[in-house]
Amino acid sequence: MDLMSLTAVELGQKIKNKEVTVKEAVEESLRRIDALEKDINSFVTVDKEGALKQAEEVQKKIDSGELTGPLAGVPVAIKDNMCTKGLLTTCSSKILGNFVPTYTATAVEKLKEAGAVIIGKTNMDEFAMGSTSETSYYGATKNPWDLNRVPGGSSGGSAAAVSSEEVPYALGSDTGGSIRQPASFCGVTGIKPTYGRVSRYGLIAYGSSLDQIGPIAKDVRDCATILEIICQHDDKDSTSYSEAASDFTSALVDDVKGMKIGIPSDYFAEGIDPEVKEAVLAAAKVLEEKGAVVEEFSLGMVDYAIPAYYIIASAEASSNLERFDGVKYGYRTADYTDLHNMYKKTRSEGFGAEVKRRIMLGSFVLSSGYYDAYYVKALKTKALIKKAFDDAFARYDVILGPVAPTTALKCGESLSDPIKMYLGDIYTVSVNLAGLPGISLPCGYDKNGLPIGLQLLGQTFDEKSILRAAYAYEQSRSYKRSPIAERGL
Amino acid sequence: MEKTYETVIGLEVHVELATKTKIFCGCSTEFGGEPNTHTCPVCTGMPGSLPVLNKAVLEKAVAVGLATNCNITRNGKFDRKNYFYPDNPQNYQISQLYFPICRDGKVEIEVEGEKKFVRIHEIHMEEDAGKLVHDSFTDTSLVDYNRSGVPLIEIVSEPDMRSAEEVIAYLDKLRLIIQYLGASDCKLNEGSMRADVNLSIREKGSEEFGTRTEMKNLNSFKAIARAIENERERQIDIIESGEKVIQETRRWDDEKGYSYAMRSKEDAQDYRYFPDPDLVPIIVTDEFLDEIKSRQPELRDEKRIRYKEEYSIPEYDIDIITNSKKMADIFEETIALGAEPKKVSNWLMVETMRLMKEHDKDADDISFSAKNLAKLIDMVDKKVINGSVAKEVFEKVFTDDIEPEKYVEENGLKTVNDEGALTKTIEEIVAANPKSVEDYKSGKEKAIGFLVGQTMKAMKGKADPGEVNRILKEILAK
Repeated sequence: MDLMSLTAVELGQKIKNKEVTVKEAVEESLRRIDALEKDINSFVTVDKEGALKQAEEVQKKIDSGELTGPLAGVPVAIKDNMCTKGLLTTCSSKILGNFVPTYTATAVEKLKEAGAVIIGKTNMDEFAMGSTSETSYYGATKNPWDLNRVPGGSSGGSAAAVSSEEVPYALGSDTGGSIRQPASFCGVTGIKPTYGRVSRYGLIAYGSSLDQIGPIAKDVRDCATILEIICQHDDKDSTSYSEAASDFTSALVDDVKGMKIGIPSDYFAEGIDPEVKEAVLAAAKVLEEKGAVVEEFSLGMVDYAIPAYYIIASAEASSNLERFDGVKYGYRTADYTDLHNMYKKTRSEGFGAEVKRRIMLGSFVLSSGYYDAYYVKALKTKALIKKAFDDAFARYDVILGPVAPTTALKCGESLSDPIKMYLGDIYTVSVNLAGLPGISLPCGYDKNGLPIGLQLLGQTFDEKSILRAAYAYEQSRSYKRSPIAERGL
Repeated sequence: MEKTYETVIGLEVHVELATKTKIFCGCSTEFGGEPNTHTCPVCTGMPGSLPVLNKAVLEKAVAVGLATNCNITRNGKFDRKNYFYPDNPQNYQISQLYFPICRDGKVEIEVEGEKKFVRIHEIHMEEDAGKLVHDSFTDTSLVDYNRSGVPLIEIVSEPDMRSAEEVIAYLDKLRLIIQYLGASDCKLNEGSMRADVNLSIREKGSEEFGTRTEMKNLNSFKAIARAIENERERQIDIIESGEKVIQETRRWDDEKGYSYAMRSKEDAQDYRYFPDPDLVPIIVTDEFLDEIKSRQPELRDEKRIRYKEEYSIPEYDIDIITNSKKMADIFEETIALGAEPKKVSNWLMVETMRLMKEHDKDADDISFSAKNLAKLIDMVDKKVINGSVAKEVFEKVFTDDIEPEKYVEENGLKTVNDEGALTKTIEEIVAANPKSVEDYKSGKEKAIGFLVGQTMKAMKGKADPGEVNRILKEILAK
C-alpha cells in the first residue's frame, strides 16, 4: 500500500490500529525521498539513522500505551529554519552550513512529544527570504506538478515534500506568505496561524514581528490536528499567547449556514490571472450554495501592504541576522587580517544575494535620518492595515480571496526581477502585518494543470472560523495528487 | 583680564542589579564560575533563541526610579542597539531608547553645607555584555558569556553638576539609595557601579553649553575627581589657545594621570535603534506600582531623621553610621538585641572605624554580626569583662566574628571580682611602691594612676579598673 498517499491522520490511525508499524511508515518515507530527491530537492538534510531510531522508540511508546495521540508514529519534515538538537539546521544558507543546534524549537518539541518522527529538514529560500525556494545555497526545490516550475516559497521544500508524498505533513514558517503561497503552488493545504499562536522559540528569526510557524499537509483536518499539537503557550516566547481556544478539530463540521464571508474587490482589480480569479470566485459560490452569506466589499490599504511589509521585515532581518558573524558558530572565512575584516569576509561569503539585498534595505530604513521616514511610517501603515481588517471583521466572519495572483512561476523568472517576485506577495503579506490567521487550500487548476490556491482569513485567534469554512469547501471536491505522486516510483 | 570658567558635568551611571538570574533568561548572575558555564541559548545569542524579561529587574529598576523621584513609564519598551562586537553575542544590545522605564527624577546633594538638586533625565534597563580575554601568547581572543545578560540600569543625569565634589556627592547619594533598596551593592572598584563623566566648560555667566567630552574608565571616586580636574584644565587650555574642543569619547588612565581620545563624534556609530519585536511592551499597572511602593524600605534621609529622634546620638555619628546600609543594619540589629544605642554607636564610631582603617576595609565589607556585638556590650555592662579586655575581644569579633562569651571563657579573660584577692594584690603594690604612695599622700593625685596601672598589670588586665581605684583609695586613706 502507498502509505505516503494517506493523510497524516489516516496514517496515524493505521499505526494506532497496528495495521502499519512506525518503522514501515518511516521506511516508506525514506524510500520515496531516496527516489525523488534528485528531481525535487525538497530536503537539505535527511536524518535516516535518527528517523529509524526514533521509529523504534515511538513504536515502543505506542505499544505501551504511553503515546495515544492522532499523529503518533507519523513521519514529519521540518523546515530548515527550526532548531533541532543535534541535527544540522542551515536556513538553506552557507553561513549556517555547519550549524548543529544545542536545543530544539518548542513547536518541534511539541510534535516530538506527540510521537512525530522527524525525517529531515526541508529546503527553503535562504533565511526564508524569497517566494520561490530558489535562493537556497543548497540548490532550488522543484515543483512536483511541473519540474520546470518553482514550488513557491519560502517553505517550498516543505510544500513540495508533502505534494510529492515524501512525507505526509511538514512544518513551515510564514512571514509574508511563506506557508500559504507554496501550499497554493504545490496543491496542498497550509495554515499561517495568528501571530502569537505558536511559539517562535527556536525558529531562526527573519521578521520577528511577522514570523509564525504552521503546518503544511494534504487537507484541512490534518492542519487542524497538527495545529492543536503545536499551538500551546510557551514561557520562552514573550509574544506567545495562552488564552485563546485551541480545539481546532471541533470546527471541522460541514456547515457554513449563516457564516458571513467578505470578498475584497480590491484583490481582483488588476494583476490577477483570470484563471485564478475564476477559480477563487467559484469557490465562493460553493460556500454560498452551502448557506454562507457572501458579499464583495472594499478592504482598502492594499497598495501599501507590500512596501510596509518589505520595510518592516527587512529592518528586523537586518538586526536578526547580525548574530551570524563567524565568531560563535557557523561559517567563518578562511583568511582574514583583523576582526572587522573577518566580519566583512564571513558575511560577504556566507550570505546570498537576496539576503544581502534585504540586510542593506533593512539597515538603510533603520539608519539615523531615515528611521522616521521609512520604519516609523511603515509601522503606522501596519496599524492602518490592521484597522482595515478589524473594520472588515466587524462585518464578516471570514475574508475570502486568492493566495497569489498566479499559479507557479517558471524557474528563474523571479530571480532576474526581484520586484516582480515581491509583488507576487500582495495577497499574503497584509495578513502577517495584521497578525491574522490565514489558510491556503486548493480550489482548482489552470490550463497547464497547475494548482490554484484559495485563501481564507479570520480575525485574530479565530482559526476555527477559517477551518470551518475551509473544511466545508473541501467537502465539495476531492484531493488531487501531484503528477510525481501519481506516477509512483 | 583673566577669564573664569565654569565646569558643567552630567553623569551616565551604570549599575548592575542584584538579581539572582539574568535579565532575559534563567541563567545565574553569580560572579566567577568557569567561562561560559552560566550560559544558555539566549545569553549566547544562539539562532532562534528569544528573550523573556525577568520581572525582578523591572521591580528593582522601578524601585530605584521611585527613590529618585522619577516618573515611571507605564507603557515602556525595549529597543535594540545594533553594533558589531564579539562580547555582544547577538551583535545588538537590548536596551531602552524611546521609552525608558523612568524619567524626570531628581536627588538632593549637599556639598559644604550647600544643598542642591541634580536632575535625572532618565533611567533605562539594559543587558550587560560578555568579557573578552586576549591571549597574547597564542595571539587569539576568547569570549566568556557568563556576564552576558546580567541586568544593568543606566542612570542619566542632567548637566547639573559644577565640580568634582558635587559629582562625588551625587554618586554617593545614588550609591546609598540603591544599596538601601538592595538593588545593587554599587561597588565602583568591582564594576557593579560605573560612571561616565560628560564634561564641558563655559565662561562664567554664560547660558550656553560648551562642547562636551565623555570620559570613561573611572574606577574610583579618586579617579573621578582627578579626571574631572584634568579634563577641565585640558579644555581650558584648548579654548585659551583659540582652538575648539572636539566632541569625543576619552579614556582615563589613572596611573598616568591623563586621558586619551577613543573615538570622535565623526566616527560615532549609527546604532540603528528600533523597538525589539521579541519583547512585549512593559506595562506598569497601578497594582504593580503600589506593590513596589509598599515594599520600599526606609532610605537614608528618613533614617537620619528617625535616629535623631529615637536614639539621641550626635548628628555626626548618625551621618557616619547611615553612610553605609551595612553599618546602619548592624546598628539597628544590635539595638534590637537590647544594647543601648549610645554604646552601640560608640563601638561603631571608635573601634569599628579604627579597625576598618587598620584592615583597609569599607563599611560594606564589615562581616561581624550584630549578635556578637550585642553580647560583647552586654558583658561589659555586666562587668564580666572590663573595657580594655572588651577592645581586645572586639578585635576578634571584627576579624573573625567570634562568640565573645566563648572566647573570654577559653582565654580566661573574665574580670576577677574576688575582692580579697584584689585587696591582697593592691596591698602588695602599695608596699612595693612607697615613693608613689608618698607622692599621692603629699597631694600629687596623679600618682594613683601609676598604682592602678601596676595593679592592672599584676592582675593581667582582668580587674575592673573602677574597683581597683576604689580599693586603692581606701587603703591609701588608712
